[in-house]
Amino acid sequence: MRVVGDMRTAFGDAAVELLEEDPLTAIVLADISADMFAKAMARHPARVLNVGIREQLMVSVGGGLALAGMRPIVHTYAPFLVGRAFEQVKLDLGHQGAPAVLVSVGASYDAARAGRTHQAPEDVTLIGALPGFSVHVPGHPDEVRSLLRGAVRALGSGRSAYIRLTTEANRSVLGSGSGGLALLREGRLGVVVAVGPMLDPVLEAVGDLDVSVAYATTVRPFDADGLRAAAGDSGVVVLVEPYLAGTSAGVVSEALAGRPHRLLSLGVRELELRRYGTPGDHARMQGLGAAGIRRSVLKFLG
Amino acid sequence: MSRTYAELAGLMTAMTGDEKHGPSATSTLDVLWVLYDQVLRVSPETVDDPGRDRFLLSKGHGPAAYYAVLAAKGFFPEAWLAGFGSADSPLGYHPDRNLIPGVEISSGSLGHGLPLGVGLAHGLLARGLPEPRVFVLVGDAELDEGSNGEAIVYAGAAGLPNLTVIAVDNQSSTWGWGPGGIEAQFAVAGWAVTRVDGRDHGALALALAGSAGEPRLIVAAVERKG
Repeated sequence: MRVVGDMRTAFGDAAVELLEEDPLTAIVLADISADMFAKAMARHPARVLNVGIREQLMVSVGGGLALAGMRPIVHTYAPFLVGRAFEQVKLDLGHQGAPAVLVSVGASYDAARAGRTHQAPEDVTLIGALPGFSVHVPGHPDEVRSLLRGAVRALGSGRSAYIRLTTEANRSVLGSGSGGLALLREGRLGVVVAVGPMLDPVLEAVGDLDVSVAYATTVRPFDADGLRAAAGDSGVVVLVEPYLAGTSAGVVSEALAGRPHRLLSLGVRELELRRYGTPGDHARMQGLGAAGIRRSVLKFLG
Repeated sequence: MSRTYAELAGLMTAMTGDEKHGPSATSTLDVLWVLYDQVLRVSPETVDDPGRDRFLLSKGHGPAAYYAVLAAKGFFPEAWLAGFGSADSPLGYHPDRNLIPGVEISSGSLGHGLPLGVGLAHGLLARGLPEPRVFVLVGDAELDEGSNGEAIVYAGAAGLPNLTVIAVDNQSSTWGWGPGGIEAQFAVAGWAVTRVDGRDHGALALALAGSAGEPRLIVAAVERKG
């Protein structure tokens, strides 16, 4: 079983810190995590809003706050934030030009026992289809604060963000925290790009292979320059994402369009698994445990 | 140049080329005119003033009347009207706030204006601006969209004092709102509700007047959509 990080608490602390610092910051909730923000709500009732179990309204209220010049942080469970309220995200934030920071919990299968209704492996694909949204996928609780603060800062330039939290954290922070692609080790046969919480299983999977390993927490915009540098002469890239397989294949292909390359995209493949169990069980069943990743990489390298 | 109500028809003709305008194009005309002529504290000079009143046209369909009123009040040149819907015109069949001065929200997909208005009303209060009012115009059929239900119950319970909804009722909702009408849905959620003749400028002005105080619904009844 993976080490369970606590990104949600890190997010709560960082969000409350922003509330205290900046009178334009606001938080919008739909019951989820309301306990975590209860104190903040008592202190700032005009800026910490819980609309009840109303996700469409939650996202639209975020847009309306932005229209009033506020900097909204909108937070709930991933499938309800992104899937259920997708048109609100598209129109009331994106199309209006009323940016907000969306922060989800649940990820692809944190709630493995809860079943498909509480899983959102398609979230980054959906958000990635919208212009003007950054997507951040922290792999460790200690990365959450700087990503959140950066995302809130970027609202000033009209950019929205989606921050995808998970309980399946890496054991330690290995990236720079800058969001760009960090080259952690170098090899000759190609580069394995681990996104967020995929870093630990990737390192375990390819520890003895002659490949580079790069780590990304920000996938929109994707660090194209960093990828070209990491891919080196081999042009061989394995992309390991903790959500729908191939979500970033397009942006990776675009980054490498000017040179011959081969790309393997790993991620969640089976959206209707119809199995319960633990996140670790699901990682294995999706081929995203260390053993599964290793099998896929070896086959691809040939 | 200051235009009169009687001149709006000519401005709409400049857009559509039609001398006659059907009920769906004009159902909102009187409400819009009264708002911009007598109620809203906003002018072409104050479209970016944080303290301005906000008008959100949620029912973005058939915006000819909206554009005519905005042009008549000088928010954009009347010369824009002739290009309505063309590739080089900022005036589309649904309005885009990023293209048209004075337009507060981009609308078209139904059921977004009221939820956005709830956030905007909250945001103004959070910024220490209790004076500006937020007006949202919806259609009776638009209220079919469930997102409105979320907003109606929440805004009533939150008691947002600066929020006013104007529901233009041309009885076009397929299943209707029952014997109590639209206002029953709002009243049960704690809104102050009134119904007025949506063609009666005096009654509309009276219902829309006043300062922020409680979430209000004004049903503006017009002819049944044919």
